[in-house]
Amino acid sequence: MILDSKIPEGSLAEKWDKHKFNVKLVNPANKRKYDIIVVGTGLAGASAAATLGELGYNVKAFCFQDSPRRAHSIAAQGGINAAKNYQNDGDSIFRLFYDTIKGGDYRAREANVYRLAQVSVDIIDQCVAQGVPFAREYGGLLANRSFGGAQVSRTFYARGQTGQQLLLGAYSALNRQIAYGKVKMFPRTEMLDLVMVDGKARGIVVRNLITGKVESHSAHAVVLATGGYGNVFFLSTNAMGSNATAAWRAHKKGALFANPCFTQIHPTCIPVSGEYQSKLTLMSESLRNDGRVWVPKTVEIAQRLRKGEITVNDIKEEDRDYYLERKYPAFGNLVPRDVASRNAKLMCDEGRGVGASGLAVYLDFADAIKREGQPAIAAKYGNLFEMYAKITDENPYEKPMRIYPAVHYTMGGLWVDYNLMTNIPGLYATGECNFSDHGANRLGASALMQGLADGYFVIPYTIGDYLAQTPYDKVSVDHPAFKEAEQNVKATTDRLLSIKGNRTVDDFHKALGLIMWDYCGMARNAEGLQFAKQEIRKLRDEFWQNVKVTGVNEELNQTLEKAHRVADFLELGELMVDDALHRNESCGGHFREEYQTPENEALRDDENFAYVAAWEYTNNDGNPILHKEELKFENVKLTQRSYK
Amino acid sequence: MAGSNPNAKPMDLTLKIWRQKDKNSAGQLVTYPLNGISPDMSFLEMLDVLNEELLVKGEEPVAFDHDCREGICGMCSLFINGRAHGPERGTTTCQLHMRHFNHGDTITIEPWRAAAFPVHKDLIVDRSAFDRIQQAGGYVSVNTGGVPDANEIAIPKTIADKAFDAATCIGCGACVAACKNASAMLFVSAKVSQLAMLPQGKVERKTRVENMVAQMDVEGFGACSNIGACAAECPVGISLDNIAMMNREYLGAKASSENV
Repeated sequence: MILDSKIPEGSLAEKWDKHKFNVKLVNPANKRKYDIIVVGTGLAGASAAATLGELGYNVKAFCFQDSPRRAHSIAAQGGINAAKNYQNDGDSIFRLFYDTIKGGDYRAREANVYRLAQVSVDIIDQCVAQGVPFAREYGGLLANRSFGGAQVSRTFYARGQTGQQLLLGAYSALNRQIAYGKVKMFPRTEMLDLVMVDGKARGIVVRNLITGKVESHSAHAVVLATGGYGNVFFLSTNAMGSNATAAWRAHKKGALFANPCFTQIHPTCIPVSGEYQSKLTLMSESLRNDGRVWVPKTVEIAQRLRKGEITVNDIKEEDRDYYLERKYPAFGNLVPRDVASRNAKLMCDEGRGVGASGLAVYLDFADAIKREGQPAIAAKYGNLFEMYAKITDENPYEKPMRIYPAVHYTMGGLWVDYNLMTNIPGLYATGECNFSDHGANRLGASALMQGLADGYFVIPYTIGDYLAQTPYDKVSVDHPAFKEAEQNVKATTDRLLSIKGNRTVDDFHKALGLIMWDYCGMARNAEGLQFAKQEIRKLRDEFWQNVKVTGVNEELNQTLEKAHRVADFLELGELMVDDALHRNESCGGHFREEYQTPENEALRDDENFAYVAAWEYTNNDGNPILHKEELKFENVKLTQRSYK
Repeated sequence: MAGSNPNAKPMDLTLKIWRQKDKNSAGQLVTYPLNGISPDMSFLEMLDVLNEELLVKGEEPVAFDHDCREGICGMCSLFINGRAHGPERGTTTCQLHMRHFNHGDTITIEPWRAAAFPVHKDLIVDRSAFDRIQQAGGYVSVNTGGVPDANEIAIPKTIADKAFDAATCIGCGACVAACKNASAMLFVSAKVSQLAMLPQGKVERKTRVENMVAQMDVEGFGACSNIGACAAECPVGISLDNIAMMNREYLGAKASSENV
């Protein structure tokens, strides 16, 4: 298989404009002859479904939640980047492009990232026109802040609830199309298989989560906007329902899965407090603008602190190690996420961690409160401080926050070309579901940007190019390919229900999460990864012998829903390990202990690994086939990332 | 483990939970003892523990809606001891922690009760009426592309902040559950006032409020009698001012209606 990224000719700055001119158009009167399925209604899905409806296509949109407004984009806190240069501080499309490529540790495609930076400015215009209430200055114009890893203020925000406001904007546009009848919405409906006819994506099989009914939907193209797979780790900042099932089942039908080992561990989350913990809560990275990260200078002080012999306020200034400021004087507390996370782990590995478990570092606002006053800090971060206090029962205005890294985002995903089409004709992947823009590490405030760029401004053009070359003929859901896929879904469900074993779905999920966190988390090595692969296979075998799923298919059955998802996580986890094992270098969120500089920084191997690793499914035999897409860097010089 | 309060003692509780097979079946409260609950658990984690125990015993777990568990998606609900989202003000159920309960407590857990929110199963209700109200007009009619530069629309910060306050509604339905009339006025008014305050929303302000209110009535929500339970129980603090503003908008719209 040859991977054709379909990057247009021409200079970087001209590619997208030229491509938009060269793509084929569907006549406005003919758009209504095409049906498009969009799975997922977060930023990438809702924006795509709304825009495609506005253009005149017939859209069917699906989400597993009770309403499209619940999609997990809603939980994004910090903001959205755009190269508006409203602050006159030297930002530009090229700078946003450059920062994103560098931040991704040179493992993303130049052309895609440049386009992302180009359309970023349109996103802000669109959202404001919809009535999204971004933060404003007293003069009435939009406010910006700087955000993790950037030295310009290009982040637009809506208090700590930017994702919510952007999603409600996209949801409102989607609602308008639902009211017009151009989008038909299917909430509480989960995609369980992709249907292909003559080698092309022609529909999906879904399960109605209220009645259990398995149904087919046919279309001319299918867009997967189903988010990331961070919940492989069980504990993550993802929503409880976030899952990889739609993407994984498309993978099993032939869609390549790219860079699965590139997962982002976010540095500022509330630490784990007990075995009952069901999810981890992120504290926005914007807190690092004013908070100072530190641990006690010596192991001895840390030990006394953990034992409760002293309290945090007893530790003198000279006994505190502000390690990010010390090691990275240029960026200080604002180093990118992967660097901040890895350093927190290093401190805790040295025995200088805080909290009863020793798996936490401090994020301290005392200086900022002294400098600006409590009201100013409350105005910036009030809702985050409140959330922290609710969860931990501690007042962050008086005591520093305790934070620790947690799984947050997955840069890997379905392989797509420049048009966001997978290697299956007619199957597209957008937003976190694809792999394309963030390389090995995503910068803060770039996920919202990518989701909306893909949905509002990229896919509406590129899908038209494909449809213009597709006959109007519809495929009936009585076609044997649909019937076969329905049968397979029912057979998997029946199998899950018939095992009647002794171990719960959550128990398997937690066990998988621990394996992944210990061996394929913030630091990885060959020996551990090989061990993890065996452990995952054992766990998967046991799952299919011993899982306990109660109830029947023909009802609202949350245990069964989870069982389907965890079955897929148990396969995807192994592929993540395979990918991490094969990539003999460290880059971004992928840190292989064997490959580091003397200062413990990631050591890339550009000669041998400057490629996208796209994996082909081979019948679950543990030997997926690797396809490589070489990455060509013509506009940036590959250097070792330095934030000193 | 690393709890914020390592000395907190585990609690034993008695839960009375509404169990209902589906929309067409009758439901009832069923009692479950649950022991060894950590005060640092969230309320939903406490239910996770119960469900794991039920599963191990081969009984059917309790169905409840939840997703982000960060208080923002609006998916979790639960009427706890007669209060929407439980005893803590300004808190969703997923952000409610067991430290607000005591050892030996009996906790009654019911779904939202409203004719417009029929029960799907156990504690899960159908809130699609909220989506249909938003579809009736909760938007600014702009297509993607062809909009002015974001900074061409200057909005006074005070107005932007007020609009933001209204826009933070998470659509959970606590306002309806808390209201003795099961009125959706707070929910509807939050969107109406957000858009009525902003210049982008002014163009369609009349038809918007008329259509959204009409849909609210079609869905079978009750009338507003200005008690204020909705705002008191709202987990994100949506203000009653929005209802006053919507009433004004509605009167203004009807006085010069373009809908004939």
